[in-house]
Amino acid sequence: MSLYQLQKFLYELNREPALQEQHRADLPRLLDRYQLTAEERRALETRDVGLVYVLGANGQLLMHYAAFLGMSWPAYIQAMREGVARHGPVRAGVYAMTTHMDEKVAGV
Amino acid sequence: MSLVFAAICSHAPGITGRANMAEPALRDPLYAAYGRLREQLRAAQPQALVVVAAEHFANFFMNNMPSFAIGMADHYSGPIEDPAWLGIPRREVPGDARLSQQLIREVMQSVDVAFAEEWRFDHGIMVPLHFLTPDYDLPVVPVNINCQGPPLAPLHRAWAFGEALRRATDSVPERLALIGTGGISHWPATPDSGKINEAWDREVLDRWVRNDKAALLAYSDLDIYREAGQGGFEIRTFISVAAAARGAGHLQHYAPIPIFAVGCTIATMDIAP
Repeated sequence: MSLYQLQKFLYELNREPALQEQHRADLPRLLDRYQLTAEERRALETRDVGLVYVLGANGQLLMHYAAFLGMSWPAYIQAMREGVARHGPVRAGVYAMTTHMDEKVAGV
Repeated sequence: MSLVFAAICSHAPGITGRANMAEPALRDPLYAAYGRLREQLRAAQPQALVVVAAEHFANFFMNNMPSFAIGMADHYSGPIEDPAWLGIPRREVPGDARLSQQLIREVMQSVDVAFAEEWRFDHGIMVPLHFLTPDYDLPVVPVNINCQGPPLAPLHRAWAFGEALRRATDSVPERLALIGTGGISHWPATPDSGKINEAWDREVLDRWVRNDKAALLAYSDLDIYREAGQGGFEIRTFISVAAAARGAGHLQHYAPIPIFAVGCTIATMDIAP
């Protein structure tokens, strides 16, 4: 149920400029609106894209969150790999990593 | 005879958003193939364009996810993503609410479809429009098949939806074009991004070109996820076009382009009675 809340946060942030503004101004208060686990909340507070990925967030939501945080495409891809290295395999959803840690299939 | 054109094409955001990171030797022939498709579309003289897409949580989310949806507005807008990220400027896109409503009423005779009077296009529709109607002068009827958030409608329902779309397009006097957009095998937005199962793609395309219903519907989502990644679920859009057009397909372009994260595909299909 909570992964749903994590993804709902990403969905709403991606499409609502007002929430993007609040993300910049007062992130803790914005996160209070979602029923997140402590780990999910920590991942979002520390802008840890790799952990959000491991927690199972859908990539179609996550890649826009990464862009919002100012990450380039190669940086986003690398953040997911590092997330798996630090936190283990993706725990839920359909966006698991199947390549090796140093296998850069698109060169990034 | 009001379905006058049918085709499928890729819609990956990298096709426009990461254009500068691609090798020109791979990118430019794809862009040329989109250009040829644009000319073929124009030659068919459609009065509106029905785009069967597989959106990515731009309008529909897991709080209320329709398996099938059709837009019913006179105006849409897009892209919903950062225009700089996608490489396509944000703008208004014309729709046709009256035509949409006629199509929806007929589709509903056999498939329960959701309608949407608001719709902000994501790359799934904007990338094809960027190439096919760059002046945004053709009214669009957006159609969505949920290929993102499981549970997903089974493939045979995508086929039934395509049949319903055909019946609907046949029921109106307007000349209509139908474009299905999606990927075949791909693992977008993951560390695997760029992985492409070319053999699997070519098998799917072979079944599609032959318009072999039984073979197209023989895949299971478990097979698809294993062989083609979560992006492979989008073959639902191609299947619905095959069901609607009923004719033989013609593959015009296929090339795996890793930085675009998909086997880039352009194909047309004959409209059979």
